[in-house]
Parts: sequence; structure tokens; C-alpha cells
Amino acid sequence: MRRRGLDIPFDRDGSGRFLPWLIALMVYLAALATSGALALDRALARWDTGLAGTLTVELPPDASSGTGKGSLAAAVRTIAATPGVRSARPLTRADMGKLLAPWLGPDLPPDELALPQLIDVRIDLAHGVDLAAMRAALAKAAPDAVLDDHRLWLGRLAALIRTAEATAIVIVALIGAAAVLTVIFTTRTGLSVHRDVIELLHLMGARDGYIAAQFQRQALRLGLGGSLVGLALALATLLALVHAGAAAAVLGERALPLPTVNLVAFDWALLCVLPAVAAALAMVTARLTVLRALSRMP
Amino acid sequence: MRFENVAMRYGAGPEVLRDITMHLVPGSFHFLTGPSGAGKTTLLRLIYLAEHPTRGSVSLFDQDAARLPRRALVPLRRRIGIVFQDFRLVDHLSAFDNVALPLRVAGIDEGRVRSHVTELLEWVGLADQLDARPATLSGGQKQRIAIARAVIAGPSLLLADEPTGNVDDAMAERLLRLFEEMNRLGTTLVLATHNEALVARRPHPRLHLDGGRLAVAPARAGGSA
Repeated sequence: MRRRGLDIPFDRDGSGRFLPWLIALMVYLAALATSGALALDRALARWDTGLAGTLTVELPPDASSGTGKGSLAAAVRTIAATPGVRSARPLTRADMGKLLAPWLGPDLPPDELALPQLIDVRIDLAHGVDLAAMRAALAKAAPDAVLDDHRLWLGRLAALIRTAEATAIVIVALIGAAAVLTVIFTTRTGLSVHRDVIELLHLMGARDGYIAAQFQRQALRLGLGGSLVGLALALATLLALVHAGAAAAVLGERALPLPTVNLVAFDWALLCVLPAVAAALAMVTARLTVLRALSRMP
Repeated sequence: MRFENVAMRYGAGPEVLRDITMHLVPGSFHFLTGPSGAGKTTLLRLIYLAEHPTRGSVSLFDQDAARLPRRALVPLRRRIGIVFQDFRLVDHLSAFDNVALPLRVAGIDEGRVRSHVTELLEWVGLADQLDARPATLSGGQKQRIAIARAVIAGPSLLLADEPTGNVDDAMAERLLRLFEEMNRLGTTLVLATHNEALVARRPHPRLHLDGGRLAVAPARAGGSA
């Protein structure tokens, strides 16, 4: 059986030679930017969930001793009596030592530092808690107490992460635009190089779609090949980062500060769709470019 | 095919054709003659709708080409077979695939393509060259492939630019008999040639171009047009 190939000799056309490598590079960068945005989103969701059921009440350093000890106990009682609160536990010096260990070292002097007293409050998420009522009750029972629901800190962090995500999305969009321009340029070059064959097909009565189909098949082939290479490189990079992150977790503070990549199965699947998207983008761009050029023929 | 006061110029250059008015009835056979640079190829390009005239109108199959939308020109083009002077074979395709192009472009199924192309290539004496690339063929073989490609779809109008320029006299006679057979079956033919001996041996009328102007010499006694 005689093999049926394309009518236009793309294999002899040097303009398409670099397209797969350019697309591979673009898909590689797009995959890294996308995975970065996804990892940030996952991290934000994790912090949000982790902090959603907790509050922290802070009292001045002298609250746990002497005359101030009464206000700590009063604050704990007031918080515990608030509907929706599951527990209210003052942090011990040992707990504070663990919290401050990254900055002050593991051997925190027991009583030399004037540390504020913190109360770790756990909330029943099913019922929630009236924070305004809790603040009002605390203001009466322990006027020096400060209620921190982490919203301010989390809000700032969220804003920072959203900015980083938006930047990643802009980067992906710019990479997409660059890919489109590259395909347009390559297709126009192909139209110029193969002008004679295209005119021949046109004069034989080939519909514009028949000629465009030849270019779109070629763009699909080159785009898919290049984007699969780009994805493979991106996955290798991400897996290396995942392993490096895991190793850093084992080494603890002795490790280099490496970015951690915590992607779920959906995120990996989304990354694996990138080659199909890139190839489809190349195919549609080539088709539209050819149809536009052919529309200027008699 | 009808030309009314047609003129043609490329860009800002001089008119290469001017005041061309002619009417070729279906089933006619005309030679197109004239010296080099007289405008024969341009006239053929206007007929096969590769160019729009600078002025005047060109009608094909009773339809004014200038008034038709682009997509309506497709079925008109499929009724025209063209033998180009430089053959315009597609280098990377085999002889078989070159001849098959008009059928594939028209969406004919592969079974019919295979049988038609094989039969026609046998007829032009190239049955043993089905898989040969044009670069490996002689000028005469390329010309026969170009002719086979032009006639494979059974065109209503066949335009041939020097179709016998690269073949020996015996093959030229054989190809002309093919054209005349197609003409007898109803195909309209316009055959551009420099071969005065060939024209002299045939009774068909002559369209003679000189300096971009057209003169029509009637058919000689016993002619078919």
C-alpha cells in the first residue's frame, strides 16, 4: 500500500526546524510557572485551613506571674465560656521555647526573657464563634488581652501569594502569546517557501481548508513533539525539586533553603494537559494564518 | 469562455495584454500561438483564474469570474485541467501521487484514485515509473506526467502551455491524439505552442497573440472547430 503523506514538502523547509525546540522551551517555562502558581495556591489553602480553627490570645509578660496571674486565669475562663470554643490552653515556657527555637536556639533561658503569655484557642468550626462578643468579654475580664484571629497576617500573606499567582498567570499568557507569534512567523515562512505548490493546489480547485489542513497537521506534529519534550524536562525539574524538598525536610535547619513543591494529583494531571493545549494552540494558529493568507489569493 | 475587452498589466508595468475579446464555444480546439513575450502565458493564467484582469471581464462556463465569491471559483477550477510549461510537478511526490493530486483535492476515494491513476500512467507509457520522483525522470517523462495530471479528472476545459515541447515527434503525435480524443468527447482545448509544423498539420483555428493583442485565424478547411 502506497503511503499517503502531505502534499506540501514541509520536511524540506528549514523554517519549521526550530519550532519544536522553541515550543519545548515555552512549554517548559509555562509548566514551571503553572506549577509554581498551583503550589502557592495549595500552600495558601493549607495555611488557611490550618489556621481557620485557631485563635491566639496574647497577654503582657507579667500576666503569668504575681498580680497578673489573675488576669491570665480570668482570660482563660472567659474564653472557655464563650460558645463555640472547644479549648483554651495557656502555652507553657516549654511550648514558647519550641516556638522561638528557630530564632533563639534550643537552649532558651528559662526565666530571663520577658515573654508574653499566649493562650491557644481551638474553635468548633461546625458552630463558629462570635469574635466580637469574645473581644467584649475579654475587655472586661482581662483588659490587657489582645485577640489575634490571624486574619491580618493571613490576609497579607494571601495578597502576596495572589500577586505571585497573577504574575505566574501573566507569564504563562506571555509565553502563550510568544508561541502564537512563533507559529505565525513559521507558518508565513512556510507559505512563502511553498508558494508554488500552494498555488498549484489552489489552481487545481483545492479548497482553502484543504491547504490549511496540511499546515495544521504539520503544526500539530511539530507542536506536540516539542511540547512533550518541554513537559518531560519540566516534570524532571519538578520531581528533582520535590526530592530536594523532601531531603531538606529530613536535614531540617542544616539544609539549604530550597523551594518546596507540594502538588496534588490534579495539579500533575493539569501539567500533563499542557502539551495538548500547546499543540492545539499551534494547530489553530497555523490554520487561521493560512486561511487569512489564502483569502488574498484570487 | 468569453473575454470582453480584457487588459492585463503586472503592477505598474505596461499592459501585457490589451483589448482581448474572444468567445470560445464548448468543445472547441484552438491553438494559441505568438512569439515569446507576446502574452500567451498571461492569457492562459487569466483563463485558469490565476489572475484577475486589470480591466474587462472574463466569463467561464457562463459565469462572470469577477462577480463570483472566492469559494464559488473552486468548482470552476476543478473543471479546468492545466499543463504548465515548466510542468510544476511536486518534487517530493511520486509520479503516481502527482497525477493523483487533482482527484485527492476533489475528495475522490482512494480506490478510484488508484485505478484511474494507474490506468492513465499505463496509457502514457509510465506504468513502470509509478513510484519515481520527478527528479529521476527525463523531461519527456515529466511532461507526460504533467499531461496525465491535467486530464485525470476529465476537465471540461484543458489548457496546455507548450505540452509537446520536450517530447519526440512520435510522442508529440500521440499526445495530440489524446488531446483530440478528449476534444471529441467534449473537452474544450486551448493549446499554446511554438511548434508551427504541429499547427500546420492540424485543422484547428489559431488564436495568435502579438504585442499583447489577439488575432483569430479561422480553422482551415476540414477543421473541427
